[in-house]
Amino acid sequence: MSKIKFSVDGRECFGKPGQTILEAARDNGVYIPSLCRYEGLKPTGSCRICTVRVGGRYMAACTQPLSEGITVENTAPDLEDMRRAMIEMLFVGGNHMCPTCEKSGNCELQALAYRYQMLVPRFPYQFPLRTIDPTGPKLLVDHNRCIKCHRCVAMVKTKDGKSVFGPLYRSKRKKIGADLTLAAGLTDDQAKKAMDHCPVGAILKKEIGFAVPIGRRTYDKAPIGSDVETPRT
Amino acid sequence: MSKPIVATASLAGCFGCHMSILDIDERILTLIDLVEFNKSPIDDIKTFSKTCDIGLIEGGCCNSENVENLRDFRKHCKILISVGECAIMGGLPALRNGIPVKDCFAEAYLNGPTVDPAGGIIPNDPELPIILDRVYPLHEIVKIDAFLPGCPPSAELIWKALTALIEGKPLELTYDLVKFD
Amino acid sequence: MSTKAPLDSLLARHGKDPSGLIEILRDVQAALGSIPPEAVAKIAARLGLSRVDVEGVATFYHFFTARPAGTYAVYLNKNVVAEMKGRAEVARAFEKAAGCRFGETTADGLIGLHETSCIGMNDQEPSALINGVVFTRLTPARVRELVAGMKAGKETGKLVKKTGDGANQSRLVRAMVDNNIRKPGPVILAPFKSGAAVRKAVTWTPEDVVAEIKRSNLLGRGGAGFPTGLKWEFCGREACPPRYVVANADEGEPGTFKDRVILTELPHLLFEGMTIAGYAIGAREGILYLRAEYAYLKPRLEKVLADLRAQKLLGKAIAGKKGFAFDITIKLGAGAYVCGEESALLESAEGKRGAPRPRPPFPVQNGYLGLPTTVNNVETLCAAARILERGAGWFKTLGTPKSAGTKLLSVSGDCRKPGVYEVEFGLTINRLLEMAGGRDAQAVQVGGPSGTCVARGQFERRIGFEDLPTGGSIIVIGPQRDLFDVVRNFMDFFIEESCGWCTACRVGNTLLRQKFEKITSGKGTRQDLKEIEAWGKTIKAMSRCGLGQTSPNPILTTLLNFREKYEARVDATRDYVSTFDLEAAVRDAAAVTGQTLAEARHE
Repeated sequence: MSKIKFSVDGRECFGKPGQTILEAARDNGVYIPSLCRYEGLKPTGSCRICTVRVGGRYMAACTQPLSEGITVENTAPDLEDMRRAMIEMLFVGGNHMCPTCEKSGNCELQALAYRYQMLVPRFPYQFPLRTIDPTGPKLLVDHNRCIKCHRCVAMVKTKDGKSVFGPLYRSKRKKIGADLTLAAGLTDDQAKKAMDHCPVGAILKKEIGFAVPIGRRTYDKAPIGSDVETPRT
Repeated sequence: MSKPIVATASLAGCFGCHMSILDIDERILTLIDLVEFNKSPIDDIKTFSKTCDIGLIEGGCCNSENVENLRDFRKHCKILISVGECAIMGGLPALRNGIPVKDCFAEAYLNGPTVDPAGGIIPNDPELPIILDRVYPLHEIVKIDAFLPGCPPSAELIWKALTALIEGKPLELTYDLVKFD
Repeated sequence: MSTKAPLDSLLARHGKDPSGLIEILRDVQAALGSIPPEAVAKIAARLGLSRVDVEGVATFYHFFTARPAGTYAVYLNKNVVAEMKGRAEVARAFEKAAGCRFGETTADGLIGLHETSCIGMNDQEPSALINGVVFTRLTPARVRELVAGMKAGKETGKLVKKTGDGANQSRLVRAMVDNNIRKPGPVILAPFKSGAAVRKAVTWTPEDVVAEIKRSNLLGRGGAGFPTGLKWEFCGREACPPRYVVANADEGEPGTFKDRVILTELPHLLFEGMTIAGYAIGAREGILYLRAEYAYLKPRLEKVLADLRAQKLLGKAIAGKKGFAFDITIKLGAGAYVCGEESALLESAEGKRGAPRPRPPFPVQNGYLGLPTTVNNVETLCAAARILERGAGWFKTLGTPKSAGTKLLSVSGDCRKPGVYEVEFGLTINRLLEMAGGRDAQAVQVGGPSGTCVARGQFERRIGFEDLPTGGSIIVIGPQRDLFDVVRNFMDFFIEESCGWCTACRVGNTLLRQKFEKITSGKGTRQDLKEIEAWGKTIKAMSRCGLGQTSPNPILTTLLNFREKYEARVDATRDYVSTFDLEAAVRDAAAVTGQTLAEARHE
């Protein structure tokens, strides 16, 4: 198969046709931080955290197809600062009370904040008034925590392909709604998958929570992305 | 050289962050050698008797007294530090943010499940602090110089931050130190 | 009241293709005055969609409402020029006469008062849409008359007393809108005989038509300036027909209304441009995506299409050319500025939420229904037809070397002669202000909120892609205005119109607006000035589509060109200023408990 040559921060890399910048970088041991993306789901480019700079232009590495000879900037300090700004915007744009959240320690938004060592967001907290909705007999949706990544929209479908979750409204009023009739028909397995696909603690399966003790959760010890990164040679 | 002076307070907090200060275990003896405490629940000094070098505050501002206390700290402390989630972002008390105070009062004192069925009353003693329209992070009210996240911040983080400040060295934040729970 | 019977018969008039969802919702809204949950459920069942899909579309567009919008649904424009022309008084008059506030419907459900973004009537503000009928140059007295008419149960169309000029008087339009054509020009606002361009085009090969457009250096008139010939070439090169031609008549940039005038006076020119594009790229179908605000023009546009079919200028064997078939359908929007972005427009034309798509792939590869599509601005298509008729060489004699041809400008605001001006590219702002009667302007907003705020000292700058590109919106800001009111209005517009897809735009614009408020209210520091600039740049860099990439412009371009106004508001001596106000923060609780700060302080 033909190879595509490109570079990330001066490191020579090779990718395959049809790959996105993010996928190709990952295969070369380069971690481009991302949040809304989920392996196997069509990327939506909604969180913007994977933004890289190519030839002075900003693009989402999760949706941008790789092309021959591109020079990708991934860790330039000003770019990293803008990514951190996106993480901070997500924190202030919702109500992320980590101490009360079942997903704490396994939350990808929180993990990114840890990776970027966010001590306090630069932006003022917005404290939007949001609801917690029972969504069918198996799920609970806490809109305080939803970051509108669309993973659940793409992932949770009925057998005949209908969406259980979907975006409602626009602007800052945008929220992810659910078809309650369809949600009622979800199997245990589907409900668990819905929860596991949610990067934050917005979709929760009822009757379980805080199952893994502090210290043994996904991001307690090692930063998000450390499984991808290989040291530069 | 005289010892740096430290003051602490808990505003709309649970004293959990103070507990975490005490969680430095036997290093508390070292700390007492290193610093002098002024206004603080740790030594029960209730008013500032001198200018302090470091102020540690846990809890956000949920009432008028918190605000005045915080402003007093800002006036007396050269470096003011937000300690813990409540100080940084309001924390649990801020779950009420966005809900009108009137409705919060009604739920807490008139209609809530724990209210005496014979009837409740909204506390209105003139000398009570007045509840704010929402819970405010400290840095929205006064300038804050440093932030130690966590619920509570680990004893390790508090210890490292304090010793770094006292020794005038930068705080080296390792991955295990920054946690929000 | 049961809505069952009308709903069922209404749905039966539509097909079961989800791409017709917006048309269905438009009909339901018009018939029932809202889109109630039972309608959502029935539509979902009929189209094989999930309810949340239908609700997602119904809640995206601002002319759809979940609660009754009123037997008379009043949508009052809230753009900045409306403000300049006395909108506040008009709004108060509506509230007083109707007996409800904006955002509400009267208790009897008769009148609903709503706000809306620019409706394309900036040259005759304050304006409103009432049940889709345009009312311009509103005054409090006129409002009282209108509300009296509503209370008397008059048909909305009958409330129009006097129609405007030209085709606004047509039986099929009957709008009180004025064209306000102030300066005709050689390309667009010139006499044109239907068929003149397409008859010539069909004697050429499609490749030669594309080559001629490329040779003319025609650049997209929506503002972005992509070469039209290249777009057609890319689209025609895509292997998998059918291909589509889409005319973007969603001119939502506040302050622009020139497409309204084209659609009123020159629809045959537009349709001819679309037909030529169809010939050039090998498309058989064209779609005119018409913004909801211009729905009042649709009956006449349909009539023009029928006439063109009768003249064999649409349909099969167009202009006698065997094998060349092309026809045009009209699709309506439902209120969303972001649909002017071409990929969002395509989503909307497919009956979905108007959220832009990731690009690449571009519409020329993956457009309407996933098929190769060229999306062109109304004015671009008109210019293309004229280029075919008169030749690329002629076209290039107009304008400047890098910006060939002319541009329609929609001029409004503090000037004596608001309206449409067709000017050659290269015109200075000074010259334009002379023509429009606005020479005392302190600033001119070129290209609408997403464009540039040009200061008085820069009025020798020129309209054109090499200096000041514009989709056509020119807002003159007089010396009496507070420039910050303008910026505030523009920022509110972007916040409202964000599709909400990406973090930077959905969250960032509100944060930027708050920082702007902190600074302009006198509570800013030099650090705040640095931050507002940095945040604006971050939002531009990190946003997914043109809306977010330009939304900080009202702040960034005024920071650049009017920095002294910002500097004057900040306290340079302090490094921290809080916006916290203790008196205000205790007000709600004190109102309940009767406490006072003095007593609480034990004073």
